[in-house]
Amino acid sequence: MKTKLYDLAHSRAGDKGNTLTLSLIPYRPEDYPILCAKVTAEAVKQHLQAIVAGDITRYELPNLPALQFVCQQALTGGVTTSLMMDTHGKSLSYALLEMEIDT
Amino acid sequence: MKETIRIGCGAGFSGDRLEPAVILAQQGQLDYLVLECLAERTIALAQKRKRQDPALGYDPLLERRIESLLPHLLDKRVRLITNMGAANPLAAAEKICAIARQMKLSVTVAAVTGDDVFDQLSGDEPALETGKPLKESGSLVSANAYLGTDAILPALATDAHIILTGRVADPSLFVSPLVHAFDWSLNDANQIGQGTVIGHLLECAGQLTGGYFADPGRKDIPDMAHLGHPFADVSKDGIAVFSKVAGTGGLLNVATAKEQLLYEVMDPSHYLTPDVVADFTQVRLEEVGLNQVKATGGKGQTRPDTLKVSVGYEAGFVGEGEISYAGSNALGRAQLAGAIIEKRLRDRFTDLRIDYIGSTSVHRTAFGHYPEPYEIRLRVAGRAATAKEAALVGEEVEALYTNGPAGGGGARKYVHEVVGIVSTLIDRAKITSNVTVLNA
Repeated sequence: MKTKLYDLAHSRAGDKGNTLTLSLIPYRPEDYPILCAKVTAEAVKQHLQAIVAGDITRYELPNLPALQFVCQQALTGGVTTSLMMDTHGKSLSYALLEMEIDT
Repeated sequence: MKETIRIGCGAGFSGDRLEPAVILAQQGQLDYLVLECLAERTIALAQKRKRQDPALGYDPLLERRIESLLPHLLDKRVRLITNMGAANPLAAAEKICAIARQMKLSVTVAAVTGDDVFDQLSGDEPALETGKPLKESGSLVSANAYLGTDAILPALATDAHIILTGRVADPSLFVSPLVHAFDWSLNDANQIGQGTVIGHLLECAGQLTGGYFADPGRKDIPDMAHLGHPFADVSKDGIAVFSKVAGTGGLLNVATAKEQLLYEVMDPSHYLTPDVVADFTQVRLEEVGLNQVKATGGKGQTRPDTLKVSVGYEAGFVGEGEISYAGSNALGRAQLAGAIIEKRLRDRFTDLRIDYIGSTSVHRTAFGHYPEPYEIRLRVAGRAATAKEAALVGEEVEALYTNGPAGGGGARKYVHEVVGIVSTLIDRAKITSNVTVLNA
């Protein structure tokens, strides 16, 4: 069954220069292992190919639990020089949550 | 020495709402109130204002914030720590004294300076983002090093009611009162790491109490129109319980705290500040009551030998134009308009962007969802060296009224100057910070 990340988790986007950060926090801690298994850096890179030009690194925080994705070259230059509508990339948490995984 | 101190955060960015800070000062029973008002971008803009008028360059809302807060700060004995000094902490301190005299109040203000390192850079230093010399980005307008807790402590050691800084690391605004109150050692990396966790959770103010979190039906937040900002009760050993003033709107729970903990964090085990290399991976968040979250477990390693410097440069001008299409085939007509603009402007702009607001403008894609929207706003943006060239974008979009597809309406055009930001590193031994105390 395909499940949208939106139904399993919440997320907040942040920016540092041209780098986008995306947290992914399961509503239910028991869904953390499936997020770890399915929402790999490679899968996110594939999903966000229209947005992220550079590498994506994934960090695991089992204590919280949560995942953190750091996406390079994702903000078309960054907050002051970008011509994007959303120069900070603040809306992009919901781009990640559009991703579907097999559950 | 007190066993516990209470630190509130009344603003998380320069344009933040004014009233949560007043409520915190008035009803929060705080020891310290912090206002974090300085982003990467805002200090470069402040430097430009200072160049135009040496008496300016501090936060544009400083006067309004101080006028509404000052009586409560003095009455309740709350010390204010803020980076509203921006590019000009000394002018900001003088302004606050002038406000106090006008209000017939007596105040002591300490200004922390030393972050402005513009004269210490040659422009040949490599930018962290590109590896190329800074000056290749464009004509440099500002360079501000991120000062840390060690620069703020001497100001706290004075009897100042208000401590004004320029560029400091955001968490240091919160770590410094903890170190001051509890006499923590700056060399105790685990203690400072936990202090940095506390600062990072508080620094965006309303983002901890349910702001930037709500999603109706899924993540509901009560009474957002009156969102309260957070405070933390911190004990001598660094255990923190976060909460908000009773009766204010918003929600503070483990979910809101998790989103904020990871906000803008690159490697969670190496969160770099001037004070410490903090480790967030062992942090434990626990709900201990309604709107009460306890945070423990922040760790850290010895602080870096270099400080990050935020460098502003002139990046030309951006021109924008917008026009709306609505009704049948709105997207088709907007796309035709976009194609016309593309043909007319592509050769004159190296950096041109065409967006269809209502379809793909925000995420650059719709992930396969293309429902026909009732209305679409075409938006075109281009960057140019001069304001005159940039203005062409809006002029061409406006011309679509009589030269474009059917039924275009509501054209608007804008031009604004752009300050770009790059970063570099500076040896911390080259930085000298100073504290100036003024009285009114």
